[in-house]
Amino acid sequence: MLQKPPNQNKKIKKNKIMETLSIVFYLFAFIVVVSAMGVVFSRKLMYSAFSLLFTFFGVAGIYAILNADFLAVLQIMIYVGGILVLIVFGVMLTSRVTDVDIITGGTGRTIYISSGIFATLMLILLIFMYTTVNWGTIPITEYKDTTLDLIGLTLLTKYVLTFLIAAILLLIAFIGAAFIARKGN
Amino acid sequence: MEVGLTHFLVLSAILFSLGIFGIATRKNAIMVLMSLELIMNSANINFVVFSRFGNFQIEGQVFALFVMILAAAEVAIALAIVLNIYQNFRHVNVDEIKDLKG
Repeated sequence: MLQKPPNQNKKIKKNKIMETLSIVFYLFAFIVVVSAMGVVFSRKLMYSAFSLLFTFFGVAGIYAILNADFLAVLQIMIYVGGILVLIVFGVMLTSRVTDVDIITGGTGRTIYISSGIFATLMLILLIFMYTTVNWGTIPITEYKDTTLDLIGLTLLTKYVLTFLIAAILLLIAFIGAAFIARKGN
Repeated sequence: MEVGLTHFLVLSAILFSLGIFGIATRKNAIMVLMSLELIMNSANINFVVFSRFGNFQIEGQVFALFVMILAAAEVAIALAIVLNIYQNFRHVNVDEIKDLKG
């Protein structure tokens, strides 16, 4: 018999998919971590804002790996299309001279070092917790086609009240933002 | 090594620590807002990861959706406040704004 049995063939195919998946995961994780470091460590505010763009795209890729296609699209629409544009406008509106690069202005050296130590300790604690706790989860390998219909169904049946409250909250927040940002307030 | 739950959790932990570091060290209010976005993204990753690997069906993703809505509302309000602060003080350094101090 030259042909492999179909079961083994399937298994090899599955392994290949998992291999590709881990390569894609490491790629997106690299993008996210490096660009988040760019956000935090770069001295100019505009560079931070542009780094944040890559962070958002990387997180969208992570969502896509996690079978959350709708959330990946939403991440690009809301974060990149909305929040990032707002932030860039905020950067431009709160600078006195547009030609001069806005230095974000770090605090003193003691605060820098102590908060660095604090953040590192928190990272170590979180990683220790995440790797030692048994979450009791089952590894899932199969992918659904789309989660959009399931999300829509859940939003309009079980969480319909939360959905409406979120809509009203968003409306109130935007009216309030327009009211606060008015000139001569 | 197969990518599993822990990989994603460690990624979100790194994102969270970077956000904490940014909030603690930067003076500029918009920089603080950006670091806050990093933290919200890391929380969102956790929700989606547990929605896939945990025994919750779709509810993690629905909750991540609500987090996104809250982030949009928060950024709109915060930037309005920052613009107002800039009109009054001509700068947005969070440690120099202490007019409410008694």
